[in-house]
Amino acid sequence: MIRELANPTRFMSLSGALLPWIGGLAALLMAVGLYMVWFTAPADYQQGETVKIMYIHVPAAWLSLFFYMIMASSALGSLVWRHPLADVSQKAAAPIGAAFTLICLVTGSLWGKPMWGTYWQWDARLTSMLVMLLIYLGILALWRAIEEPNRAARAVSILTLVGAVNVPIVKFSVDWWNTLHQPAAVFRLDGPTIHASMLVPLLIMALAFTLVGVALHLSGMRTEILRRRVRTLTILEAERLDVQAA
Amino acid sequence: MSHTFFIAFSYVLTALVITGLILRAVIDHRIQVRALADLEARGIGRRSRRG
Repeated sequence: MIRELANPTRFMSLSGALLPWIGGLAALLMAVGLYMVWFTAPADYQQGETVKIMYIHVPAAWLSLFFYMIMASSALGSLVWRHPLADVSQKAAAPIGAAFTLICLVTGSLWGKPMWGTYWQWDARLTSMLVMLLIYLGILALWRAIEEPNRAARAVSILTLVGAVNVPIVKFSVDWWNTLHQPAAVFRLDGPTIHASMLVPLLIMALAFTLVGVALHLSGMRTEILRRRVRTLTILEAERLDVQAA
Repeated sequence: MSHTFFIAFSYVLTALVITGLILRAVIDHRIQVRALADLEARGIGRRSRRG
């Protein structure tokens, strides 16, 4: 299956057929999720309506880590197996992951002010998430700094794999250190601690965010494949003009 | 500031960022499609290397 998808032409055809369905399902789930958040989910007994920020903050945080894991596996695919689409996937994932990390940090800050009395605290979870954003920005800068795509992919892969050490730090920071940020409430060994009336809309919003992210990733990969074709053809044209001039 | 401000700001910002990502994806894709069509219209194709 992965070998078959490694062919960019086959990938373009398959992703072109899948994209409208994924986008449509994402829009539908987003509408259902937002309806539940605004009209059926109860206010929290302590936080009141401010808990509504959770329904975008938490999915954004999950997707920040999800896209970093996609980049790390693509980096492995690029360095170890030289998978033709691995660096394309890596490059397309970076801006999406960075955007969700930014959403997570800003909405967390906006949630923190009324609940904790401060926009920011240098605790382990918040700081490791800020480090995650800086790693994403570093990766984006490195992609732009090196013009030749294969060389850029190798350098970015190494940086991505080094930065992957931050993923477990983000995830377990609330367990390893005493933090202002609350511990995990959904993915726990003893089951979620959130009531179903809040958990269901949260999971629907998370699924909607994931599908939006996947659609953007597929679309970004398709565009990157086209960009590489354009680059190859532009070089071919320049070579042809050189031959004619000689 | 009321809590409504923090909630509304969070949702508006998220909507803006996601809309920005979608617009960027659509515009970038169109630019590449046009560039590719332009090159192919000028007779620059992969097969032209062999020909």
